[in-house]
Amino acid sequence: MSAVTGMTGSVDHAAGAHAAPGFLSRYVFSRDHKVIGIQFMFTTLLMLFVGGALALGIRWQLAYPWEPMPLLGNAFADEGGQIPPETYTMLLTMHGTIMVFLVIIPILAGGFGNLLIPLQIGAEDMAFPTLNMLSYWFMWPAIVFFMLAMHAGAAAGWTAYPVLAVLPQAAPGSGVAQTYWLLGVTLVGISSLMGAVNYMTTIINMRAPGMTLFRMPLTIWAMFITAILQAFALPMLTAAGLMQISDRTLGTCFFIPAGIIVNNADPTVGGGQPLLWQHLFWFYSHPAVYIMLLPVMGMVSDMLACMCRKPVFGYKPMIHSMGAIAGLGFIVWGHHMFISGMNPMLGMAFMISTILIALPSAVKTFNWIGTMWGGRLQFNTVMLNCVAFVSMFVVGGLSGIFMAAVPVDVFFHDTYFIVAHFHYVLFGATLFGVYGALHFWFPKMFGRMMSEFWGKIHFFITFIAFNLTFFPMHLLGMQGMPRRLADPYHYSYLEHLLPLNQVMTWAAIVMGFAQIILFLNFVISSFAGRKAGRNPWNANGLEWIAPSPPPHGNFDVTPVVYRGPYEYSAPDAPDGQDYWLQSDERGGQMAERH
Amino acid sequence: MSAVTEPATHDHGDGHHAHHPFQAHHFETMEQQYDSGKLGIWLFLITEVMFFSGLFTAYAIFRSYHPEIFVAGHHFLDKTLGAANTVVLLFSSLTMAWAVRCAQLGQRKGLILCLVLTLACAGTFMVVKYFEYSHKIHLGLVPARYFSFVPGSEHHGHEGEHGDAKHSDGHADAAGHADAHATTHDPAATPDTLDSTTAAQESALLVHDQVEKAAIEGKDELPYRIGLFFSIYYCLTGLHGIHIIAGMIAISWILRRSIRGDFGPQYFGPVDYVGLYWHLVDLIWVFLFPLLYLIQ
Repeated sequence: MSAVTGMTGSVDHAAGAHAAPGFLSRYVFSRDHKVIGIQFMFTTLLMLFVGGALALGIRWQLAYPWEPMPLLGNAFADEGGQIPPETYTMLLTMHGTIMVFLVIIPILAGGFGNLLIPLQIGAEDMAFPTLNMLSYWFMWPAIVFFMLAMHAGAAAGWTAYPVLAVLPQAAPGSGVAQTYWLLGVTLVGISSLMGAVNYMTTIINMRAPGMTLFRMPLTIWAMFITAILQAFALPMLTAAGLMQISDRTLGTCFFIPAGIIVNNADPTVGGGQPLLWQHLFWFYSHPAVYIMLLPVMGMVSDMLACMCRKPVFGYKPMIHSMGAIAGLGFIVWGHHMFISGMNPMLGMAFMISTILIALPSAVKTFNWIGTMWGGRLQFNTVMLNCVAFVSMFVVGGLSGIFMAAVPVDVFFHDTYFIVAHFHYVLFGATLFGVYGALHFWFPKMFGRMMSEFWGKIHFFITFIAFNLTFFPMHLLGMQGMPRRLADPYHYSYLEHLLPLNQVMTWAAIVMGFAQIILFLNFVISSFAGRKAGRNPWNANGLEWIAPSPPPHGNFDVTPVVYRGPYEYSAPDAPDGQDYWLQSDERGGQMAERH
Repeated sequence: MSAVTEPATHDHGDGHHAHHPFQAHHFETMEQQYDSGKLGIWLFLITEVMFFSGLFTAYAIFRSYHPEIFVAGHHFLDKTLGAANTVVLLFSSLTMAWAVRCAQLGQRKGLILCLVLTLACAGTFMVVKYFEYSHKIHLGLVPARYFSFVPGSEHHGHEGEHGDAKHSDGHADAAGHADAHATTHDPAATPDTLDSTTAAQESALLVHDQVEKAAIEGKDELPYRIGLFFSIYYCLTGLHGIHIIAGMIAISWILRRSIRGDFGPQYFGPVDYVGLYWHLVDLIWVFLFPLLYLIQ
């Protein structure tokens, strides 16, 4: 450890005596932020396949209702390969749960946050390396509980609304499965909380000399704001989850209304408020949609600036609009409950605050376009994915404005229009951004490049199949096709939608298998890719002055920062480059130190 | 901000400046390490406050919808024991603060004494809590679904032992006769047909109406939802109790380290952090005590 850092030099540590860390402490229970970040990435990519397989089960049922499913149908052998209704409900529940809690949130904050924060601010490591390690290892019991919930057939949706979720007799999957599910959510929440505290402390306290707040790359700003959202909103969900667990096990009746009788069970005393769960749940889970988006916004800004060789258009407005999105994000949760029973005045307030979010979002979109405008664009995989991010975010954002309006939402609520909207944002925006970021920072992770050819193949297949899968969902929603229904064709007014659903299903299957290209590209390139130097993209952030991959301790010497993060196409740049490294002390712009 | 938090310019040139034995390798200075820990623990405390605020939200909602259950329910809580526990915890906050001071001054014996006192106070609190809980559970004062407290045991022989044992301690003044209430919790035979389900539902709602009416008229009978008060009581105090236990574990760790002599003027962070956590746990109790025990 001490040999490679160069920073702590030959200092004898009191804990001493770990000259050559063993395999376990180096790759498994590592406290190095880069290893933990890569652990998060591998785990979440694995979970992406699990969640994707569940989605294919859903799609199969919608395209070929009650027909035996190939391959995955073996899991339901006793049903003759057919997906029974309660299993269909389980599929959509666990698809949402896994994608939200085990893929998107951890790959952004856990994966990229861990990898990039210390590197981009010029720190040796996170402020609390042990806490960091724990935050990864708390994910595994959560994964185990979610798998148990899946096996037991949790079927209350990823939102777990009472009364369905709380009363064991309410539905086939409402028994012990929901308790497992709640334990999983609680544990994954603890993991996120540990990460969030760590990120905030690191960003505030561990920056390299000269790295003032407004010299931080937008990725760091995004991670910082995301961590604030996590730390302040997530405990509410933990509290609500514990209340629901105690409703199920201790009989507390927080969310069980008076006099409720389900499925001939004994009347329950009740007296609680089912709506209280919805409020507490969305108080976290609405900020969570920004937790699932903001880090990508930051990373895409970094990547776009580099690939267009231009400074980010409107650096400070970008930060302010991220702050505005996060701030507004705290006061819009009620828009998930417009039809759950809400005072119309309150609905109006939530509607206005929700529509206001369109403003900072539009500022960011125009800034990305402004960054690209007139730049020297390089259409490599990174750039393609970033452009996909911006355009898909526009589509998803526009459909969001529809649903923010109470009168429209009353009609669209619980239809496939909603499903189209959040898949455009979560997959179309976030996941494409993640693909770009994987390609962009891959050389920093493994010292090698990902294959450009296979990257492009993966991108084009995914992009086309994505739009074929999800765009028709808008049309389904406008025809009134409800979500979460195992056999919508049971209703004659939906029968004519079957062919469209079959097209979508085949597109989804193609998209699912295209992800194998990404996974293989990721794994094979990590040991067989073209070797990358320290700065293969000619980017100017601090992470690019560190060796690829950086050793424990990251930098040869502690970097000192003299410049902002996006000084591309600078006419006075030295050494025939077109950019100034953030740590380059030459040139006229002497830093105003302190 | 950055001027304050930035590490001092690095002097890796010589590579031999004296590191404190407890300085982690990724911190430049002891000050940076201390500041990071302090910031981290404050952020953690914010998450704790948000966590409890979720539960306090539930308290506020239920209290605004059903104030009668809080008025009726708090008579079952022992104010004397609660007040004693408050004093115990406040005193433990004093000893904890004193422990931090001792650590800063390098007074090892004083530090150990203060931590032992704090631990003893925490233990006392939990013992008192145990007696409060077991007493209530024995009476059947448990969360809503299993609530089985019967004010007058005349009509319910199988619950007689609860009644005669506990009605002399003055709590019973709040509890009149709520026979109708009791039948609600007396599950009838599982209804098999739709008809009997409806009948059970109707009778439950009928009973519910009677009990609510009685509560509105200000009689001494227990309100229908009284069990919810105990749901909130057990969740809030139980989670607080878990935090006390976590604090005891943390203090034991600090105690072990201070016996080893780790702390001094150069390095007292962990004592400080645990102290801050302990004060928050005490503070939450300061809110819980009036909200649950002293309301009118």
